[in-house]
Amino acid sequence: MEYILAHADYLLPHADGVTPLLTFIIFLPLLGALATLVIPKTEASLIKAVAVFSTMATFLLSLVALSNFDGSTHKMQLAEYHSWIPSIGVAYFLGVDGLSILLVLLTTLLSILVVVCSFNAIHDMQKAYYSCLLFLETGMLGVFLALDFFLFYIFWEIMLVPMYFLIGIWGHGRRLYSAIKFFLYTLFGSVFMLLGILALYFFNSNGDYGTGELTFNILDLINNVRVPTEPIFVGLSAQDLIFLALFLGFAIKVPMFPFHTWLPDAHTDAPTAGSVVLAGVLLKMGTYGFVRFSLPLLPTASHNMVGFMATLAIIGILYGALVAMAQRDMKRLIAYSSVSHMGFLVLGIFALNPEGVTGGVIQMINHGISTGALFLLVGIIYERRHTREIAAFSGLATTVPIFAVFFAITMFSSIGLPGLNGFVGEFLILVGMFKTNVAYAALAALGIILGAAYMLWLYQRTMFGEATTPENQTMKDMNFREIGYMLPLVILMFWIGLYPRPYLNLMRPTVDHYVTQMQERHMAERYDPQRATRQALHDAETDTAVPAEDR
Amino acid sequence: MEAAALLEGTAALLPHITVLVTGLVVLVLDLFLPPRGLGQAGSRWATEAVSLVGLALAFACALAQAGDEPRAVFMGMAVVDGLGTFFNAVFVLIAALTVLLSAHYVRREDIRPGEYYALILFATLGFMFVGSSSDLVMMFLAIETFSMATYILAGLLRDTPRSLESAFKYFMLGSFSSAFFLYGIATLYGALGTTNLLALSQAMSAEGTSPLLLMGMGLLIVGLGFKVAVVPFHMWAPDVYEGAPTAVTAFMTAGPKAAAFAALLRVFAQGFGAPAFSEEWVPIFAVLAALTMLLGNIVAIVQQSVKRMLAYSSIAHAGYAFVALVAHNAAGAGSILYYLVAYTFMSLGAFTVLMIVARRDDQRHVFDDYAGLGATNPALAAIMSLFMFALAGFPPTAGFAGKFYVFSAAAQSGYYVLALIGVLTSVISVVYYARVVILMYMHEPDAEAPRIRLAPTSVAALSVTAFGVLYLGIFPGGVMQLAARSVAFLFPG
Repeated sequence: MEYILAHADYLLPHADGVTPLLTFIIFLPLLGALATLVIPKTEASLIKAVAVFSTMATFLLSLVALSNFDGSTHKMQLAEYHSWIPSIGVAYFLGVDGLSILLVLLTTLLSILVVVCSFNAIHDMQKAYYSCLLFLETGMLGVFLALDFFLFYIFWEIMLVPMYFLIGIWGHGRRLYSAIKFFLYTLFGSVFMLLGILALYFFNSNGDYGTGELTFNILDLINNVRVPTEPIFVGLSAQDLIFLALFLGFAIKVPMFPFHTWLPDAHTDAPTAGSVVLAGVLLKMGTYGFVRFSLPLLPTASHNMVGFMATLAIIGILYGALVAMAQRDMKRLIAYSSVSHMGFLVLGIFALNPEGVTGGVIQMINHGISTGALFLLVGIIYERRHTREIAAFSGLATTVPIFAVFFAITMFSSIGLPGLNGFVGEFLILVGMFKTNVAYAALAALGIILGAAYMLWLYQRTMFGEATTPENQTMKDMNFREIGYMLPLVILMFWIGLYPRPYLNLMRPTVDHYVTQMQERHMAERYDPQRATRQALHDAETDTAVPAEDR
Repeated sequence: MEAAALLEGTAALLPHITVLVTGLVVLVLDLFLPPRGLGQAGSRWATEAVSLVGLALAFACALAQAGDEPRAVFMGMAVVDGLGTFFNAVFVLIAALTVLLSAHYVRREDIRPGEYYALILFATLGFMFVGSSSDLVMMFLAIETFSMATYILAGLLRDTPRSLESAFKYFMLGSFSSAFFLYGIATLYGALGTTNLLALSQAMSAEGTSPLLLMGMGLLIVGLGFKVAVVPFHMWAPDVYEGAPTAVTAFMTAGPKAAAFAALLRVFAQGFGAPAFSEEWVPIFAVLAALTMLLGNIVAIVQQSVKRMLAYSSIAHAGYAFVALVAHNAAGAGSILYYLVAYTFMSLGAFTVLMIVARRDDQRHVFDDYAGLGATNPALAAIMSLFMFALAGFPPTAGFAGKFYVFSAAAQSGYYVLALIGVLTSVISVVYYARVVILMYMHEPDAEAPRIRLAPTSVAALSVTAFGVLYLGIFPGGVMQLAARSVAFLFPG
């Protein structure tokens, strides 16, 4: 508490000063997970009830957080700070700002939906299944709320374990292959990220570049560490190298081309709930990382890398869309559409202006809603037919009209039709990128057209035409439970699409602050007259062996 | 020489003496307790109880010494200081956990408890003197003490060819390495005229390096390299670990390894720690560490037996701890101690599961024996998964915190490449650790696989190790601080 009050210029405690609301939000699902583990496995409905109850309660708590959230400031709010491993400067440090508040809400909302959507899909080892889902929720929320790199890394890594089990145990097809591929790819990226974090940590502990303190406190690092921008290795500066280390961690998670190959496998073979969480929340951690860490900590490197990032993003947009067009499996198609859409997000962020970053952040939410909804819809089909082969379906619009309507709305939201949520984000991203580089924006716009093509073609092949086979003629429409968990997402699609202002207002001060701060830092680093002298001094100091007593 | 001078300060060796006396009591007790028939169960319990009580006393003595001023004992042959005391506590802990996890094994495989536990205790005594030695001759004697005990332990299952092969191989290569070590001591004595580590380091600072000195240093690296099982001196380890009785393997991956690291810290960080000498051995150690991490992790992937896989994993983990030695800074030395404690819990825990799954005759060690364990024995599978993820270095377990400290120490000294190899090989290691988890949860159990009943002592061993793995992972600060304080004197200022 003293810590938070001492840093009131960028930290705000909970209004009543004592309630550890964010801790409750993070660990309530974990509590639910432990509770499901002690219930006898014959009590399947009790297990489900506990799972629903804990996700609902977490969602309500996140709404409480929202009601306590002050949208007019960029400060970290509801902050909690406790020293944890003082010898190396690790703290249990949580907080929420305009960047993370919506992601937290998205996570808690989707968590309820994935629990409810699994009721009929999962019959084996239900106890373990629901505790994995809840455990996963704790990990995801922790990633978005942690303000200490050590804590962040723990949550970031720990999520892999339940996700790995979800794909490996309850998945389909080549589930073992996909599970381990997902695991190894992500882990490979994470360890580079860890090295990047350590490098930042040691730069800060060196008085020339930071405060000289040992700390993993993310806000302290953002405020203090100035990683040198002089080239040290094949023309890359220390800042560029750290950027690339973090990039590997985030880009694999996003996933950006060419690190995307784990995603189609993991998505296709995961159970519905796994795919929804993966697409809805896990992918966002990569883009969240870019905004939260890469931009403010490494401003000059972020500027240097715009071309690199935009190129990869555009390749991802076009390549993902083209490959999606060629897919025969619905889930695989949506998976590749994710590769394409996530390219847009990265592009928006690396426009490095308020419009682009705002677009990127709101699009994280939109993509979570739309793609989550698409996977839920495919899950509904799969439960009935046990196939996702596009060719197996035709003329569903007549047999399952409600489903067709939901599918249509979701599809249009994913394409980015004006009036629905996807449009808002894509528009902002393109505006942002247009200001930075017209060519990039034009190429990306091509992706929107391709996106419309593969989605409409999917819809046409499955929903229109004649229902020829008996399975297609007799398929059951959505029941109340299914409508119930689709409805919130559809409402959000319209709400964000028609009236995005409250959402954008929540994030505006934070995004503006992040962008301005980054631009100022970049300018300072670029035209820093003292830099050369400082570097020369530093070199002289390290090169000549000064006897210890003379220092 | 007066007896009084020789025995001066011996009271500081109370932890060592307690372990020695406990060992002797166990040995003598064995003569009077009924070996067969009705009294057999009672004899076993009595032996185990005496061992555990003795170890608990030794642990208490070691804790009581924490923070004391360093004291030279036996006319400068041994020293009781922070480093020694920390290691004493670790060794006693390893021994106590081994007794706990062996209780079931001793009954199942019908091993004479007296000789078994006495050997464990004498080996522990050897470890403790390695950690407390301030003279190379003393260190050699201590290494021989624990080596002799472990040679016998490896061959304890006299009817099993594999156990005998293991003991014989261990004995041959172990003696070989001892010879290297001894030759190294002799060479150093030739170069500098002393075997005392403090005197050595002073004489070296005065006289500088010489070919003879470097040769002696090299021979010590070979000798201790064998004991730690770093590549390329690791050849014996997989066969010996695989062939030895599983409870003994558990003990061997933790105890002798920790003792060898204690010796490495004493000789290299303390004795040859000055910058003029560290620049001679640090590059060699860096290469050894890189090779060990790479080979241990890559070869572990292709193993068919979980026990052999863990043997290679043990080699790999020695490589990680070696990285901290290369860092040659205060953080590195502290992280070695931390890593050894963490590894003790992870390895002893994993081997306890192995021992349980192996069933009677200690046979079932291939990967397929773990198929479907998640369905037949959920608790055992869950705890095994915990150990596997911990060994792979996942947060929030001790394995993560340990690797974190080690690699950040390496990064601090500028060994970024070594840290990079470390984290990448950790990713590789997930392949084989996850294989166990995949088999347990994602494969059907063998039709005739029965539910395994856990002995209360095994439950206790598993609980303690699992608790240790989680506690050290979530609250690493306390032990880390203790470790840092214990080695602070190695890097003053």
